[in-house]
Amino acid sequence: MGVATDRETWIGKAVPRLEDEPLLRGEGQFMDDIDPARKAGHAAILRSPFAHARVVSLDPSAALAHPDVIGVLTGEDVAAMSKPFPVGVEDPPPYYAAAHDVARYAGEPLAVVVARDRYTAEDAAELIEVEYEPLEPVMDAEAGEVVSDRSFSYGDPEAAFAAADLVVEGRYAFPRWTSCPIECYGVVANWNEATGVLTAWVNFQGPFTLHSVAAGALGLRGSKLRLITPPNSGGSFGIKATTYVYVVLIGLAARKLGVPVRWTEDRLEHLAGSSASTARITDLAAAFTSAGELLALRYDVLEDVGAYIRAPEPASLYRMHGALTGAYRAKHVAVRNRVVLTNRCPTGLNRGFGGPQLYMALERTMAIAAGKLGLDPAELARHNLIGPDEFPYRTPSGGLYDSGDYEGCLDDALELVDYDARRAEQRAARADGRLYGIGVACCVEPSISNMGYVTLALTAEERAAGLPKSGNAEGATVAISPLGGITVLIGTTPQGQGHATVAAQVAAEALGVAPEEIQVLTAVDTSTSAWTVSSGNYSSRFSGVGAGAVHLAAQKLAAKIAAIREHAGDESMSLRRVAGIAHWHTEALPPGMEPGLHETAFCAAPNLNAPDEEDRVAASAAHGFIADVAVVEVDRATGEVNVVDYATVHDAGRLLNPLIADGQVRGDFAHGAGAALFERVVYDEDGNLLTGTFMDYLCPTAPDLPAPKIGHRETPSPFTPLGAKGLGEGGTMSVPCAIANAVADALGVEGVEVPLTPGRVWELMR
Amino acid sequence: MKPVAFRYERPESIEEAVALLAEHGDEAKVLAGGQSLVPMLNMRLARPTVIVDVNRLPLGDVARTNGSWHVGATVRQADPRLAEIPLLGQCLPFVGHFVTRNRGTVGGSVAHADAAAELPLALTVLGGSIVTSAGRTIAAEEFFVTHFTTALEPGELLVGTRWPAAQPDTRHAFEEFALRRGDFALCMAAAISGPNGLRVAVGSVVDRPTVIEIDPAHPGASAAEQVEPWGTLHASAGYLRQLVRILVDRAVGRVT
Repeated sequence: MGVATDRETWIGKAVPRLEDEPLLRGEGQFMDDIDPARKAGHAAILRSPFAHARVVSLDPSAALAHPDVIGVLTGEDVAAMSKPFPVGVEDPPPYYAAAHDVARYAGEPLAVVVARDRYTAEDAAELIEVEYEPLEPVMDAEAGEVVSDRSFSYGDPEAAFAAADLVVEGRYAFPRWTSCPIECYGVVANWNEATGVLTAWVNFQGPFTLHSVAAGALGLRGSKLRLITPPNSGGSFGIKATTYVYVVLIGLAARKLGVPVRWTEDRLEHLAGSSASTARITDLAAAFTSAGELLALRYDVLEDVGAYIRAPEPASLYRMHGALTGAYRAKHVAVRNRVVLTNRCPTGLNRGFGGPQLYMALERTMAIAAGKLGLDPAELARHNLIGPDEFPYRTPSGGLYDSGDYEGCLDDALELVDYDARRAEQRAARADGRLYGIGVACCVEPSISNMGYVTLALTAEERAAGLPKSGNAEGATVAISPLGGITVLIGTTPQGQGHATVAAQVAAEALGVAPEEIQVLTAVDTSTSAWTVSSGNYSSRFSGVGAGAVHLAAQKLAAKIAAIREHAGDESMSLRRVAGIAHWHTEALPPGMEPGLHETAFCAAPNLNAPDEEDRVAASAAHGFIADVAVVEVDRATGEVNVVDYATVHDAGRLLNPLIADGQVRGDFAHGAGAALFERVVYDEDGNLLTGTFMDYLCPTAPDLPAPKIGHRETPSPFTPLGAKGLGEGGTMSVPCAIANAVADALGVEGVEVPLTPGRVWELMR
Repeated sequence: MKPVAFRYERPESIEEAVALLAEHGDEAKVLAGGQSLVPMLNMRLARPTVIVDVNRLPLGDVARTNGSWHVGATVRQADPRLAEIPLLGQCLPFVGHFVTRNRGTVGGSVAHADAAAELPLALTVLGGSIVTSAGRTIAAEEFFVTHFTTALEPGELLVGTRWPAAQPDTRHAFEEFALRRGDFALCMAAAISGPNGLRVAVGSVVDRPTVIEIDPAHPGASAAEQVEPWGTLHASAGYLRQLVRILVDRAVGRVT
């Protein structure tokens, strides 16, 4: 539907990012650029130096005696003033924004000192006298307390394993790793006692379920917790979801001390105390026929979520639950999921969220199986890939894959690296004694999460006691001013992805103007923005429901504009004139039409169910596909992995802006290559964080990474308004396992574990 | 990540700087480029009560005299004049990053004496020396005592370094292995070959830059036998020894 037929189309064009000019001019508005509460005190947080210790006493009197200290909030205060954060498992160990009796990870907050400036606050934090009684930490996941243990079976996996010609079994570990945004967390909290409203300016990214979690801990009705995000956020990649913990902590400090409080997280705090991905150990068995048909999978998963199970965990486990069979036609799946606690920082969102861990197990298994079956790994994949005519495809665990050209993507990826020539080169290299390997990975990339999936951590009976959940909607507002200016408000809290550009393209197309003419507001205010509990920037939901909501709101306006033109008998009436009528001359509106040009729409994807009694769930609305081929050569002398060639081909449905899509793929590749070759969070056996600075947490920089060859196929999603799917997370799913497969191929070994640092690879070669 | 309070002094003369260092002893720290000191201040790993900023001192010259180059303590690592100095030009691209080299100084890196830093290794293998405010000239081999520890006396300021100038028929090689571009090296090796023979030194895997006698028939293997690396988070002792073997072979291979 449109108001005119001969105007330019903007969706799908490589429109340069509208965000870039203000950013390059230094006009971005990040947390530290806004000063919403004048004379705010500055907070420093006292954190436990021990992984596990009883806090025998905590005496802030010396800090309070400092003339420039405003006050101190202790863990005892936090326990008295708030409730444990809600989380989706039965009887979780209580988790507060600060510890009061026992500290359970190195870096856990124990107290907040608020002073006139941050320097003084840090000085005063050192004056707090704490007596600790160190306790034995649990650092081995296999010895950790189990807080959730669920088993699932779909189809008849036992019969399939019994009938198999080949069973491939292995153990696959994926380490804890993290997001490394340039801007760390920031909160400014202002508690108004008269209205009982806590206003927090915070670089939160959603999901806005966590607004409810924070409000629950504070004992506030949702409307009394007002979160406002700054217009710009310096990256997140998932980790800023957990800013909600600090909204509560700093909010309580503001309440207790009666002053607004600003806290800016520094890098040391960020690496020690913000969040990270789960570490996962997966025992996976796969049943094959001798011809290479994948019949069944049996997962036994041990998920280390750190010292507390913190919302939205155990979502890392269940986000991929509908996609346990990956891109393959296997009909039978069994899973056991155990969530365990260790004395590490609690986990949360990190790009790929559960996907990297799943695919490391599944795609390593496929590569090993190919070797045992005497098949080329690309051929084994092709043999099992879901075909283009099988969509929508229902997976055994309830996932509903919308569309995709899986085999076409694989073909393209193989062609991009000239696969047959690479295999010939490999034979020649091996004859020369060189270590040359090729790895293939095929991954389904879910986007637009169904909030209901996390309730799989509960049994069907436990779920029946509560409200079923299947939410996934996003909202947007499009408004036209009395002079014809167009404003779009989005609720997707972008952190650099270019949402404003795409939102402008979508609205421009509906309204018949150019994207530059549209002002997109990216700051979210939970008191005024159009948002819902699933809003936010996660599960790659923008292009599906985020842009979808903009599209729907703009279409509503376009229909209204068309009706005004039609009523005026002037199909070519300027937008400014239409706006004039709607605002200045309402008498001229069509009879019965509401005045104003201000439309809000919410967009939800269809087909997302709450988990059924058989524990089946359509965990995501859209499913992209990625085929990656990695070609590596390992330096025999140093163990260094050189990525000689890399192709990544995505089918993310219709691309709304190919320039931005490629940017996402490149960034995602870098993040995935970081996991494959450099990054992991390491604690020693006493629970001390060994990767507490960027000297030891090895986030790759530009010269450390190869440039991938990127390809796209565009099979539109039938389930999203614009046919688009998410694509910003697939690389963290595909790159680690593709490179692991290539290195295993080069070395001729099975047991490869990321990150494949030179020292580790050298040990594997010996 | 905010430093503890300190007094900031910016002397205009070497005498004034030395007097401040003498007055405050261990409580004082010298600020040159700040690329190591400032992060240590921010992390509160260094807690001096006085910072003596030497950037106003007349220590910015690079001059060639009597077969050697004198590099003033505050000459930046990015200074193009350094390219002419043998070996130093090869090492500098490995020192941190472009932006840190714009601020970081040659003298600061030498005085800081990080065992994984490139410049101390280069100065040592070249047989260079350190010139101090006390009028001492200390051979690099004696200057670096151990990690972060030098032969400077309390109140003594490093005012410059001396680098032997290029000699005829002499070749230099520097090899380094780091996990990322610009990182501190896991292992470094440097070699010089000329009329006076072959001279090899290794760094990072030892507590200070160390000249080692090698067997010219098996340079890497003989070097590896002489070091006792300590394993780290990123590299086992065995792996570091392997890197010594490889890098020494590569460096020696390039000069012989």
